[in-house]
Parts: sequence; C-alpha cells; structure tokens
Amino acid sequence: MNNRHLYILSALLFLFGLGLFLYKVVFLGFPVTPGQETNVWEIEVKVNFIASDRPVKVYLYVPRNLRNFSIINENFISRGYGTSINTSDGNRQVVWSIRRANGLQTLYYRAIVEKLESKQSATALKEVKTEPYSYEGADLEAATAILQEARQKSADTISLVLQLIELVKNYETDDNVNLLLRGKPEQENMLETIINILSLETIPARLAHGLKVNEQFGKVQPVSWLEVYIDNQWVTIDPLTSQIGQTGDQLLLWLGTGRIVNLVGGQDLHVDINVTQTGLESISAASTREKILHPVIWKYSLNSLPLDTQRVYSVLLSVPVGVLILVLLRNLIGIKTFGTFMPILIALAFRETQLISGLVLFSVLVAAGLTIRFYLEKLKLLLVPRLAAVLIIVIILMLMLSIISNQLGIESGLSVALFPMVIITMTIERMSIVWEELGAHVAIYQGLGSLLAASIAFLVMNFSLVHHLVNVFPELLFMILAFTLIFGRYSGYRLLELRRFKSLAGK
Amino acid sequence: MKLSQAGVMGINRRNCDYIHIYNPRRDYPLVDDKLRTKQLAINAGIAVPELYGVIEIEHQIRELPDFLKKYPDFVLKPAHGTGGEGIEVIVGKVKNAYKKANGQLVSEEQLQHHVSNILNGLFSLGGQEDKTIIEYRVKFDPVFDAICFQGVPDIRIIVFLGFPVMAMIRLPTQMSGGKANLHQGALGAGIDLATGRTLNAVWKNEIVFEHPDTHNPVQDFAIPRWEELLMIATRCSEQTGLGYLGVDIVLDRVKGPLLLEMNARPGLSIQIANHFGLIHRLEFIKTNGRLLGSAADKVSFSRRYMSRIR
Repeated sequence: MNNRHLYILSALLFLFGLGLFLYKVVFLGFPVTPGQETNVWEIEVKVNFIASDRPVKVYLYVPRNLRNFSIINENFISRGYGTSINTSDGNRQVVWSIRRANGLQTLYYRAIVEKLESKQSATALKEVKTEPYSYEGADLEAATAILQEARQKSADTISLVLQLIELVKNYETDDNVNLLLRGKPEQENMLETIINILSLETIPARLAHGLKVNEQFGKVQPVSWLEVYIDNQWVTIDPLTSQIGQTGDQLLLWLGTGRIVNLVGGQDLHVDINVTQTGLESISAASTREKILHPVIWKYSLNSLPLDTQRVYSVLLSVPVGVLILVLLRNLIGIKTFGTFMPILIALAFRETQLISGLVLFSVLVAAGLTIRFYLEKLKLLLVPRLAAVLIIVIILMLMLSIISNQLGIESGLSVALFPMVIITMTIERMSIVWEELGAHVAIYQGLGSLLAASIAFLVMNFSLVHHLVNVFPELLFMILAFTLIFGRYSGYRLLELRRFKSLAGK
Repeated sequence: MKLSQAGVMGINRRNCDYIHIYNPRRDYPLVDDKLRTKQLAINAGIAVPELYGVIEIEHQIRELPDFLKKYPDFVLKPAHGTGGEGIEVIVGKVKNAYKKANGQLVSEEQLQHHVSNILNGLFSLGGQEDKTIIEYRVKFDPVFDAICFQGVPDIRIIVFLGFPVMAMIRLPTQMSGGKANLHQGALGAGIDLATGRTLNAVWKNEIVFEHPDTHNPVQDFAIPRWEELLMIATRCSEQTGLGYLGVDIVLDRVKGPLLLEMNARPGLSIQIANHFGLIHRLEFIKTNGRLLGSAADKVSFSRRYMSRIR
C-alpha cells in the first residue's frame, strides 16, 4: 500500500519532468544535444555623418520581434549620445541625440536575430479600413483609368494588385502612369502610387521596408515591398519578382514612407548595413523564444539569473546526476565508500584537476595525511583537536603539493587547492580508524571503492551530453528525483551480495 | 535467481521490508544506547552484566584509575558503539598497566585516552558525544573452552515479531583478537533452533569444521540452557517493541545467561553461518505466527517449526 503511494508520486514527478522536457524540446526548440546551431544572424548598421557644432538627432529604424525573426540581443554603440527607443505605428525607432557634436560621427546598431521556422499563421487582425486617396482632376481620372484597366485583366484582389504592378512598371508606354509618377520613376514612388490607386478601391495596402537575411551575407541595402490587406491578412508582394507571400528571410524594419535613417543637424549621411551569420549556440536563441512566448515562465527560469549565478548552478545541477550514480553504486552494486557523499565532492574537484592527475593528487594527499595521522595517534590527542590538527596538516600538504608541482612545471598540481579539505580530513580520520579496527586491507578496499565511485561520478557528470541536458533542462531533476525515490524501495540483492552469499545459492 | 529461491536476504531487502516496517524509529534509542538497554532488561528481570560505572564527562577520566582499583577485571565500552567497535576487555592488572584479553598491556594513559575517544564520539553513530560504560567482564562457561580462543563467545538470536527465527554462536579466534564479530575474523556457527546444537560453521566466509586455533570440531556442539536463551530473546523483543531484532546473549559460568546487547539492524552473516536464508522463515512467521501470545508459546512454536524450514 505504501509502495503504490511511492510509485504514483514517482510517476507524477517523472511525467512532470518529462512533460516539461518534451515541451521545451518540441515547442520551444531547445536543442537536445550540445553545440547545435540555428539560424542566428548578426546585423550591424553603421551610420556615418559630419556634424557641425550643432544639436544632432539621428532616427534609425530597428527591427522588432516578429513572426519570422526574434531578437536575441541588441546594443547601441554611440559615444556621448543619448539613446531612446520610440515605438509607434508598429515601427521601432532608435533616437540618438546630442546637444553639440563636431566632425565625423559614427554610430552603430548591432542586433543578433534568429530566423524562426514558424509555420503558424498570424493572429487574426482587427478590421483594417482605408480612405480613398484624394486625387483631383486629371490625376483622379488617370488613376481611375489605370484601375479600370487592371480590373478588366484580373479576377481577384491579388491579381488586381499584380496587374497594377505590371502597369506601373511599364510607365514609359502609359501616359496615365507617367502623370501620376510625376517623372520620378523610383521604386518607392511607384509603390506609393500603387497604394494610392488601391485606396480608391478601398483595398488597404502599405509600404514595407526591410532587409533580406539569407545565405548571401555582407553589405546589404534595405529593400521595399508591398503589403496588401486581403482576407484579414497582410499579404506580402514583392514588386520586383511579383512573388506573393513572405519568403521568410525578409526582416521587416519599418512600414510606410521614409528612409532607414533620418538625420537632423548633420550632413554627408552614409549608412552601411552588414549581415553575417553567427555561430551562437541555439540555447540562447531558444531561451529568447521562451522569453517571447512565455514571459512569465522565462522570468522564473534559470536563464533569467545573472551569469555568475548561472555558472554556479551549472555545477550544482550536475550534482544530482552524480548522486543518482552514487545511489546505484551503493544500493545496486554494493560498493562501500567513506562517507555517503564524499565521492561526489571528490568528483566535483576532479572537474578542475582532470581525472588522472586528480586521482594521483588525491591518493598522495590521503596517503601523506594518513601517515601523519598515525603519528598523531601516538600523541593521544582529544578527538576534536586531533581532527583540527589533521585539517591544518591537510592544508599544509596541499600548499606543499602546489609549490612542488609548480617548481616541477606540472600545472595540474596547482589545482590540488580545489579539493574539499574538510572531506579529505574526515576521510583520513575514518580511514585510519578503519585501518586500526578492521585492518589495512579493509581500509584500502574502502578507499579504492570511494575513488572508483568518484571516478565514475566524474565521468558521467562531465559527459558533455549530461552536462548540457541538466543545464538546459533543469526539469530533468524531477525525473532524477523520481528514480531516486524508486531506488529508495529497491529490496533486491546488491550485485556484491551475490558473491557474498554465493555459498548459499549452490543449494 | 538461485539466491532468492534460497530465501537469502540482502541489505536492501532487510532495510526496506523489515527494519523500516517493523522497527519504529522511536524505539531505536532503547537498543542503540546500551545503558538504556541495561535498564530495560533489569526492569524486565532479564540478567545483564553488572554495571560498575559510567563516565560521561572528560573530567571524570582523571579519577578512572582510582575507580578501577576495586575491580580486578572489567569491560570498557561506548554506550552507542556499533559493530563491536571501541570495546576494551581488561582481564587483569600488572603493576600500573592493564592486561587486555589478548595478553597485550595498556598503560593507564592509553586507557584514559581510549575513554576520551569514546566520549568524543569516535565510535558512535554519526560521531555524537557518547558515554563510556564500565561493566562486569563475562567469564564464559567452561563448556566453550574447547572451541574458543580468548574472548567470550556470544550467541546471536534473530527475533521476528517475538519469534526466534535464526541463531548462531560467534566464537572469537586469534585473528579476531578476542572479539566476537564475524567481519573481524571470528568464527560463526549456525544453531539448530529445535535442539540448540551447532550446525556448520563459517570462518572468513568459508565453511569450516574445526576451530582454526584450538582445532576442535565446532559442529554438533550442544549449547547449554538453550530454552532459557530463546526465552530471553523473545522477552527482549517484547520489551523493546522492535519487530525485527538481533539479541546478543553470553553464558557466564557463574551468573548464567546475560543479555549483552540488542541490535535494531542485525547483520546478515547469520545466513552464511546457518547456510540458509532468512526470508522463508520470516514469511512463515508472518503468515502463521500472529495468533500466539505468550513468550513460551512463541518459543515452542519456533522450536517446532523453524528448523523444519530448511
């Protein structure tokens, strides 16, 4: 009856951990194996201009989190400038301002963005309405004529838009279009004209600008495209290729007219945009995705902690794995160790010393300590002062080992300082008692058992996949807890008991 | 698996299915503290080695030699010791030195240091501070002369729900230094519950037929006052409330059976000494033994059935 309670509890813990784990893998895209890279790009916008001892304001359109891109990190490099960010009409604009500047000025905006593979459709938008553009006189007639012509050749809104693009592109042969363009056949002007003509038909449309973020990286120029509101959705139409729908690599910077940078109070503006793919690990990308999708959960997760604290936890989180290994070794196999958790602490120290040199250092330290401890036995000291004396001697030994190995040029000897000295002291004390009471072979046998357990725990804890998993998916601790609870009621034989009771099995 | 067919109990099984279920944690101090065990036994009319004195604080150690003048021989032991650790048996005095059971001499200073170690918790569970018990040294019954080397042989009886289920006698050897612990090299011989005669013997995990030091046969040796020993074990179990208990009894040549100590986590080597697993017997008691009430009934039940389960 008790066992059922335990099994249910363990199953719940296990499923809870597994559920969270699977959710993060499948829906948030956290990588299961270390070192996976995703589509992460670095975008750098460099703004150059000459200032002439007057107040300067620079407006730069910057990306925001979108359906196809998320911003992992961004920073603004601008010495002496005040920085603020405006968000209006769905556009995000950084404003750099300074009271007085002179000479060549250089400002940087850097962002790390990740391309998302999301297939999900946009959430339904609220009704978008548009007012007919106020064309007058000849303009109105020309626009109506163009619209008429396009409508005759089209079946629905999309084909109407495509026809319009076709007509406006061939402005040289069409007087009506020529009139509306007013002799300025730039792409932006063309697109604006199309939007205006569409407004006569009360079809909402807008001008969008952004960057093409794809395999060709290096210097890029902003591109413009048309977005038409059809069936409650903004449909992207590329005016050059007439391609319909977003290609996924278009990073929207701003909507409407205007340039990427607006400069007030300076001259000779130059804007360079660079796009490069970066090798950032996908964990931070996924974590950012979590931040966008579940801001509350993110707030209470490991990733929200300061980096220093995260580093401490990256060590702590591997301890439960080691503890589970220890449970297996002790209760399933039956290896005897000095102190319950001593091997785990030794294994943690091995992280710094590495395995082989760690084993050597530990053995040297314990052997030297044990020798001195046997001598102390002759002095008949009280227990606590004796333990204190051994602790002090352990520290002196550690220092000597470090100095000697430094002189010999053995770098790994320096890391002896990372061994848990109190644990070593207690190990020496326990070992000397066992040595005297039960004999040297028992003491050495148990000492070797401890080292074996520490080595196995170290190898498992430092296995890069294990380390990665517990750090990225701390919820796995619930699964480890479930296993530990189950082992708490394991009443079968230990592996070494099979040998101990061998004579009884023969019957 | 052959082991489970033989009903051999492993540590996990003992802890999970017996100790955690039949031994309430609050009753542990009764057996972990040997002073309380002594008091409990005295109250129940069970004979124990006479208590000479208790040392509780460091300061008392100075008066130890004076105090010990009265007693030509005695035993020093930690009240919370485990596995026989920290027990010092003094058989006599040579001038200012004390003679140990194995013939070694210890100075007054060494003895005082040993007591200090005990007080500081060197031998107690978890290293908590401890007391030193000074008590009567058991002079074992001469019937054991032939199969015993120094020290005192003791009889371990496992009692489950008040029923003796398995027993063995532990015989000190030269290797065990006069101590009666199997893992220290003592010889263990299983005892037939019905007859009180020894079965096969085990030394260092191997079956032997004679004592390694005296070379006398250890099989089919009759333990005196067997019924009495079983009664003590059963009554101990009733007194403590511990369902799964190891009871250690010695036979003194003058005072007869004396309760030495009890153990709430008795070891598993008794199975090797008996060449038989515990589980079948424990299961039998679980299903058939519940209805019996009096200690005598339980003992006769055990004597009738336990030996048949082999």
